[in-house]
Amino acid sequence: MQTHKAKRVAIIIEQVMQSRLTDAMEKAGVTGWTVLPVLGGSGDSGTWSREGQVSRGTGMVQVLCVIKPERLDGLLDAAFAVVERHIGIVTVSDCEVLRAERF
Amino acid sequence: MDQILSLAATNLLSPIILSFALGVAASLARSDLNIPEAVAKGMSIYLLFAIGFKGGVSVADHGIDGTLAASLLAGIVLSAALPIVAFGLLQVMGNLSRLDAAAVAAHYGSISIVTFVAATSVLDSSGIASEGYMVAVAAAMEAPAILSALWLISRGGDSRRMDPELMREILLNGSIVLLVGSFFIGWITGNEGLAKIEAFIVSPFQGVLCLFLLDMGLVAGRGLRGGSGVLKPGVLTFGVVMPLVGATFGCIVGLLLGVSTGGVALFMVLSASASYIAVPAAMRVALPEANPSIYLTLSLGVTFPFNLTLGIPIYVAVASALTGG
Repeated sequence: MQTHKAKRVAIIIEQVMQSRLTDAMEKAGVTGWTVLPVLGGSGDSGTWSREGQVSRGTGMVQVLCVIKPERLDGLLDAAFAVVERHIGIVTVSDCEVLRAERF
Repeated sequence: MDQILSLAATNLLSPIILSFALGVAASLARSDLNIPEAVAKGMSIYLLFAIGFKGGVSVADHGIDGTLAASLLAGIVLSAALPIVAFGLLQVMGNLSRLDAAAVAAHYGSISIVTFVAATSVLDSSGIASEGYMVAVAAAMEAPAILSALWLISRGGDSRRMDPELMREILLNGSIVLLVGSFFIGWITGNEGLAKIEAFIVSPFQGVLCLFLLDMGLVAGRGLRGGSGVLKPGVLTFGVVMPLVGATFGCIVGLLLGVSTGGVALFMVLSASASYIAVPAAMRVALPEANPSIYLTLSLGVTFPFNLTLGIPIYVAVASALTGG
């Protein structure tokens, strides 16, 4: 089956910043993404778990999107402007999709 | 003194405090006891609706007097001024960075609605009346502290602007909308409305509060376990001293306004409590460099248990003694 090269961008960020990030992504022309809840983890700020959080200020989410390679720089510039001062991880990986026109 | 000790003993052995203690103990012992997130959220919605509704019914029942507007204004001023006091105290007691101190200070100007709910429960069981509109005062005290904290930071040359989206999120956060909305529903429908849903919002209230505080105990215990290393002795002491300082300001304001014994006690509780829901979210947006372990552990792990166990009896007893109630 014919597949097409694409970029998969995964951004783990504080839940309170989610709408700001997705707004910035929309402005950069990225209209498709998926938000996943994060159950917990560990990093520079220590271990963290979703269990027992009383404030959405301390919860985290993962925003996933798949885009055409030529749109990557615009997305990363827009995303970085939002997440620069915040804790979180931005990763970019290669992937392949079946329907290129959707991205 | 006897009254404080008697009230403290009664409070400490009440089901709500013992439920909280169970949660803390279970968490510290690393039990897998857990209240599902959705259940905890549901209980908080129930409690906010019930407390707002009953406050509105009380206003409908007793009418509005001139102290309502003055109390609202006083609440806003207290919320804006207390972070400045807290910031000053932290400069003396804690060795925190300016950013961390301002973030902590914001929490102590804002309020803990759960502490407020627990205090109204203690007042009810002691037969002490309070003004129903104190619910609205609680809502008004949520946000000004955040602006004060940003002002404290900007005075140090680090300009932080409150973006309009953050302001909208703070003013329209779910707790405030529910509290104020149910207050108005209670006010509009009055005793007739209360009679229709009394079986739902009055009788189960204490039981739901017990379960909610069990969950809060679990959360506070986890916070203490995870954040115990980040709080130095000076900052830990601040977590107990600041509520007493805030309560003193609240007491003076309540007495000057001439509110009832319960009203003075609730002004003290609101001024003594520290936010752990609205303000942490705002701080993560506005001051992301500030360490959340410090302000969350302090407000949720130190000040909240202190107010719940010893603070509320002290505030109620002092208010009763000063107003002759």
